[in-house]
Amino acid sequence: MIKEFADWLTYNIFEMQEGTHIADAVNFFVYDTIKIFLMLTVIIFAVSVIRSFFPPEKVKKILANKAEFAGNIMAALLGIVTPFCSCSAVPVFIGFLEAGVPLGVTLTFLIASPMINEVALVLLWGLFGAKIALLYIGTGMFVAILGGFILGRIPAVEGMVEDYVWEIRMGEVVLPELTWRDRIDQAKLHTQDILKRVSLYVLIGIGVGALIHGYAPVDFVAKYAGRDNPLAVPLAVLIAIPLYSNAAGTIPIVQALMAKGMPLGTVLAFMMAITAISFPEMVILRKVLKVKLLAIFAAILTIAIIAVGYLFNAII
Amino acid sequence: MEIKVLGPGCRNCEKLEADAKQAVKEAGADSTVTKVTDMAEIMRYGVLSTPGLVINGKVKSYGRLPSVKEIRAWIEDEKG
Repeated sequence: MIKEFADWLTYNIFEMQEGTHIADAVNFFVYDTIKIFLMLTVIIFAVSVIRSFFPPEKVKKILANKAEFAGNIMAALLGIVTPFCSCSAVPVFIGFLEAGVPLGVTLTFLIASPMINEVALVLLWGLFGAKIALLYIGTGMFVAILGGFILGRIPAVEGMVEDYVWEIRMGEVVLPELTWRDRIDQAKLHTQDILKRVSLYVLIGIGVGALIHGYAPVDFVAKYAGRDNPLAVPLAVLIAIPLYSNAAGTIPIVQALMAKGMPLGTVLAFMMAITAISFPEMVILRKVLKVKLLAIFAAILTIAIIAVGYLFNAII
Repeated sequence: MEIKVLGPGCRNCEKLEADAKQAVKEAGADSTVTKVTDMAEIMRYGVLSTPGLVINGKVKSYGRLPSVKEIRAWIEDEKG
């Protein structure tokens, strides 16, 4: 039905000649815009409702005193569905430790939460297909689990957390259970809010995709950052570190790079590095981690993400 | 009546502060709205996900933006 609408709009209303580049581009743009915004609305709403059952205040109790590794896996899964904006990173970190969640498990949660979320999933799915979306989620979880697990294994790692963190004592908060009405209202608000925030990026992303679709790409990137260049993955990750954006914001860049011939592994690594390692994120984490641990944290994430890039370039 | 907005200062915290002030005005209540940015104090209330809203020492919501109407109802509850 969306396809018919896009055809009707392009060929009947705009009166474009079927088969021309510009008509192709416009048709693709209309179709993808409708499809992706529909997907975003439905998925964000559904995830918001699920999220209302897993606030960090509850999650910390689920993760408290969990054994490592099993705990890391659970933390990565909960990181996907738990709402948390970067300004909550500090309280979440302190609150988890205070509740007895192991440090490595807490770090897994902090890595997974900004990197893997429903917006990234929908956009990757809608623009690049299910395979790439699932690969991104899977490898993102892998990086978060492994990174947190290794960090938790560092000898005397507790001493590398700012001392005041261990002194904070949390109160206990008991709120009446939300009603379904509350959850749905909240999910509606959240969906509107996210859509407002990401729509510009998404439109640019689809626009870039449409242009590429209508006009044949020049393999500019492929020449310099293609499969033959072994330094392309680490370079892409290093370039991504100072860049900061949410998953939606990276999509236009990712669209363009893939179309210009950058291999999948390099693109995935680039996207992960933008969302998981960034200066603003490091500044926030510096409030709770001493410089040494912060440096190790960034180094392990960087290495893990580069490894993911090489792995995918090798097998796909 | 004492109303506190818990949050280190992200966008949602500012929105909640403005909404709380609006609710106070609508309810015609005699109360002050203060912002709490100190982490240790925020956590004493047991709140991890900001913004949080505290009225007369009681946590009313956290991790979401309650509507002005909701906040107003809580204020009127407290007024008795």
